[in-house]
Amino acid sequence: MDQRNFTYMFYGFAAAWVILAAYVLTLVARERRLAGQVESLKRMLEDREKK
Amino acid sequence: MREKILYVLGVAATLLLVRNLYVIFITLPDEQDQGAIYRIMFFHIPAWFVCFTAYFLAGVTSVLYLVKKQFKYDVFSVSAVEVGLAFTLIGLATGSIWARIIWGIWWTWDARLTWAFITCLLYAAYLMMRNMMDDASTRARFAAVVCTFAFTSVAITFKAIEWWRTQHPGPVLSLPGRSAGGTMDPEMEAALRLNYLALFVIAGVLIAVRMNQEKRLREVESLRRQVHAM
Repeated sequence: MDQRNFTYMFYGFAAAWVILAAYVLTLVARERRLAGQVESLKRMLEDREKK
Repeated sequence: MREKILYVLGVAATLLLVRNLYVIFITLPDEQDQGAIYRIMFFHIPAWFVCFTAYFLAGVTSVLYLVKKQFKYDVFSVSAVEVGLAFTLIGLATGSIWARIIWGIWWTWDARLTWAFITCLLYAAYLMMRNMMDDASTRARFAAVVCTFAFTSVAITFKAIEWWRTQHPGPVLSLPGRSAGGTMDPEMEAALRLNYLALFVIAGVLIAVRMNQEKRLREVESLRRQVHAM
């Protein structure tokens, strides 16, 4: 492969992967947060129904 | 079952992406003038086509929401816009890095780049606007109107290289209905189209995951209302 501008090609591919990975991580974090919220709200509802 | 299909699609797209990377780095010949940096276009162009497709589908489902008032269309719209925005950022970043070497500058305010930036801002504003509205039906209605009109910016971004003389390179792909283009080496164009397919499937999986989250968000909102009502 032609080695000219190889460093910037690396930066380009790295930028693409970093953005994609960052978005996937935000999806994972949101999934966990939502699961936690559903869980705690259901527990609150059950507690209030018992009272 | 649905999760299994998504998993299979995700694995298949990843395998195709790995195969494409092999072709891009090993099999394809070098470009005469640009050196290694030209290989960025195999991610840059497909990323833009993926986000254009996502914004188009979001526009269609927004119109469907306005006509049918069914939340499933709003759920798809917001998911497609969010994933599309991630691919817009990939397109902007990779393009800017390519420009630094080929033009000697990171950015220039020519018609294509300016409209691409406007498109990015519009869809970011769409997502921010949604967060500012509590009522689900008002949020969905306003969002659908904004998303429908925002698509005009996508169309202008896409056609900018045909309508105006830009520093951004002109059309190179052979697309149906396009008078210009078709100047790319067939082997390179085939690799580019296959990478579009891989990124498109990955985007589809991400949209499906995001749609599940949006449904769960509605479940949270409904549970909150029940808790407050008790």
